[in-house]
Amino acid sequence: MKHIETVQKPCIKAGKNTACGECQASCQSACKTSCTVANQKCAKEEK
Amino acid sequence: MIHSFKFQNRNVLLDVESGAIHTVDDAAFAVVFALERGLDPYAAGVDAGTVSEVLADLEELKSSGAFETETPTAPEILGGSAIKSMCLHVAHDCNLRCRYCFAATGDFHGERMLMSFETGKRALDFLMERSGTRQHLEVDLFGGEPLMNWDVCKQLVAYGRELEKKFNKIIHFTITTNCVALDDEKIDFINREMHNVVISLDGRKEIHDALRPTVNGKGSFDIILNSAKKLVAGRGDKEYYIRGTFTRENLDFLEDVKALTGFGFDQISIEPAVLPDDSPYSLLPEHIERINAEYDALADYYIEARKSHDMWFNFFHFMFDPDGGPCLRKRINGCGAGTEYVAVTPEGDIYPCHQFVGMQDYKLGTLDKPALRTDLQEAFLGCNVCTKDTCKSCWAKYYCSGGCMANAVLYGGALETPHEISCQLMQKRIECAIGIYLSEQ
Repeated sequence: MKHIETVQKPCIKAGKNTACGECQASCQSACKTSCTVANQKCAKEEK
Repeated sequence: MIHSFKFQNRNVLLDVESGAIHTVDDAAFAVVFALERGLDPYAAGVDAGTVSEVLADLEELKSSGAFETETPTAPEILGGSAIKSMCLHVAHDCNLRCRYCFAATGDFHGERMLMSFETGKRALDFLMERSGTRQHLEVDLFGGEPLMNWDVCKQLVAYGRELEKKFNKIIHFTITTNCVALDDEKIDFINREMHNVVISLDGRKEIHDALRPTVNGKGSFDIILNSAKKLVAGRGDKEYYIRGTFTRENLDFLEDVKALTGFGFDQISIEPAVLPDDSPYSLLPEHIERINAEYDALADYYIEARKSHDMWFNFFHFMFDPDGGPCLRKRINGCGAGTEYVAVTPEGDIYPCHQFVGMQDYKLGTLDKPALRTDLQEAFLGCNVCTKDTCKSCWAKYYCSGGCMANAVLYGGALETPHEISCQLMQKRIECAIGIYLSEQ
């Protein structure tokens, strides 16, 4: 493509083999106010 | 849905539903900008031949599933609903009188009191009973100030270790502290037992002292800095965060981040205060532009600092790892308040999270009668980025996951209505995080 460069391929999808709930509750990490998940790891992939 | 934005000298396109990220030249940016607003791309100030090329590029992206993709269907959680995370209010009292405290300087608008070991023990038993098949559990020793009830903290950790063996669970204990009562014995224990430590420190001495005075009205900065440094120095590879707050008094909060890095801390989170509009410290719509400019300046500083080994640091809200991030279910359901996450008070009352404590309409139950209010739990579970009107059309939904539910109730007007200023700041931070990610590739 001449005008567009894809830097990140699709990564949000239902097929990701998780939904296990083993990850950290987002509010418990550092903020205790600003719920965010952009900065969280998948616990399953972390192991 | 496409979100287009500029970060430093980059034109960025985020395909919201797939998470694909593209950088584009000025011509493509102008064409997409027009398309997203239903305008004629050939009237976007770009020559017709180039517009045709861009449109062809976009068609190629669409066919590869990386542009204007459909909304995915959320998967059901495996193993059903269970509580995995508990905020244990071991102290409804505090040795500071912070101006912006959401907890009414520690008492949560109630009686100043400490949690008994017996109550804490029952809370941990409750967590074990309700955690289902989840193996990893979290218990945050919280307050007020948890170090004011130190012996009970230690007893509860010891009891938790017994429960881990009995139930084959792993409890990640964490503590959120202002460090005022910290000493060597506590530092050793915390660094041995706590998976994470959140240390409240606002940055510059003058800012911290003005907003975080002691009970006697004196600044607390000099009391805590060396203790905090010592605690962090002993963490090794274990996690910690310096967690500051900014208010309208320090919209130049980059200076506070610089102060914190100057003290040698490299894990930093500075959060916007969320307060009633009539508070002298609240952030208001007229502050947004200034705050956004400060986030841009922080992002510039962050990128440069991280190129140097000596200056490297991590800013919580700029962390972004698209491939290693959470699954779709997590992105949709967010914090889990009231369903996966609960807070327990010194009296043994159970709330959806620490921010709801004291709001009687949102009391889920008590340790005495731990049949939780299922109507409330269903309301929380049903309130997510797929159901909330504001979130459904928001480009940031899979990164913020719907925002803080307590702030929605307190300042947005209802569980389903996110706090607008918090949304705006979240969107800005996510743009910065994506931009930083691109810069560091």
